[in-house]
Amino acid sequence: MIIAVASGKGGTGKTTIATALALAAERPVLFLDCDVEEPNAFLYLKPELTVRRPVYRPVPEVDEEACTSCGRCVDACAYHALLALGKTVVVLKHMCHGCGACAIACPTGALRETSHETGYVEAGRAGAITFAHGELGIGEAMAPPVIRAVKEMYPDWEGTCIIDAPPGTACPVLEAVRGSDFCLLVSEPTPFGLHDLRRMVEVARALNLACGVIINRCDLGDDRVERYCREEGLPVLLRIPYLPEVARWGAEAISFVARLESWKTQMAALLSRVEEMLGGDRGHQR
Amino acid sequence: MKIAITATGRDLQAPVDPRFGRCRYLVIVDTEGGGSEVVENPALASPGGAGVALVQELVRRGVRTVITGDVGPNAFQALRAAGVAVHTGASGTVAEALAQYRRGGLRAPDGATVPAHRGQGFPGRGGRGTGRGQL
Repeated sequence: MIIAVASGKGGTGKTTIATALALAAERPVLFLDCDVEEPNAFLYLKPELTVRRPVYRPVPEVDEEACTSCGRCVDACAYHALLALGKTVVVLKHMCHGCGACAIACPTGALRETSHETGYVEAGRAGAITFAHGELGIGEAMAPPVIRAVKEMYPDWEGTCIIDAPPGTACPVLEAVRGSDFCLLVSEPTPFGLHDLRRMVEVARALNLACGVIINRCDLGDDRVERYCREEGLPVLLRIPYLPEVARWGAEAISFVARLESWKTQMAALLSRVEEMLGGDRGHQR
Repeated sequence: MKIAITATGRDLQAPVDPRFGRCRYLVIVDTEGGGSEVVENPALASPGGAGVALVQELVRRGVRTVITGDVGPNAFQALRAAGVAVHTGASGTVAEALAQYRRGGLRAPDGATVPAHRGQGFPGRGGRGTGRGQL
């Protein structure tokens, strides 16, 4: 069973909830921190990282002898990463999504895909938790290849997998939540929380993912998130009140479930409930 | 020499479009032949890389100099690679911007003057900013 924790809006408590679920789980879990622009779940989980490898993405290289500057690759590139100039073609590497269309379109075989290092992944253990995360290189703009590499670290994992997704609703989030069995949407009762929750629900529905909502800091703000969930038939699986000490422990990188046994129990119960909603453990599907 | 000015309308009296990649039109003036032509921005609706696509259009049309309001980093890199000179800070009508350029009143920046995607927002709402959202 793969559960992706997402939110749309940043700062609603994705990493706090995702790590709490992993720490509260009664069985060994795999934790994948897919927020490769700001990977910080390791601060809570404190894994011993024993594996580190670079991540590459394909980028075309131009053989200037063979290139006739016909411009077919430029027309084929959906991302405008190529520029045909006089005698050759220039590749703007940071704009390339590595789709390979240019090499296919080239009539003279002048374009060859090469590997460009774009970040790294790390993996290891934290007690019963198997852990992996990745980090996008400085100056790199494309998170999805690094996210894919994180998700491919443990292809044979069959138990519960918890994915900490990045904020937003664009490509990095789609890459992180794609292939999950369930999307746990962490929201907050503010206009921003609601606005971005709506967008994230659209994403989850477009990907045919089952969803449930956690309302964090539920005793602040207004009831519009509750009303929205009711209208949309989205189950609210948990309401967490505002607890100032959670922020204080957070500043010390201590999960609230390590301090509050009652919340540890609730988190474990939440995992079981999601499992029941999915009709038992469906195993690891990608 | 062909000089292109980014414009919101189709002639020399149209206001300059301050955005490069997301400009509505290019008014191309031939300083030797004396004529001018108008080109719709083919990249206007593209989700990303509009500046680079517009540079490709300039190259295809033999434009060596472009006059605009601001230019982002991707477009700037493409302009530099293509050897097209860019002059920023233009305002008023296309004709006035051309006069500003001829008086030497415009900047030739040595880098981008705005962050990526600045011209992509809704008109009058200050662009999309440099948030983490990506395509």
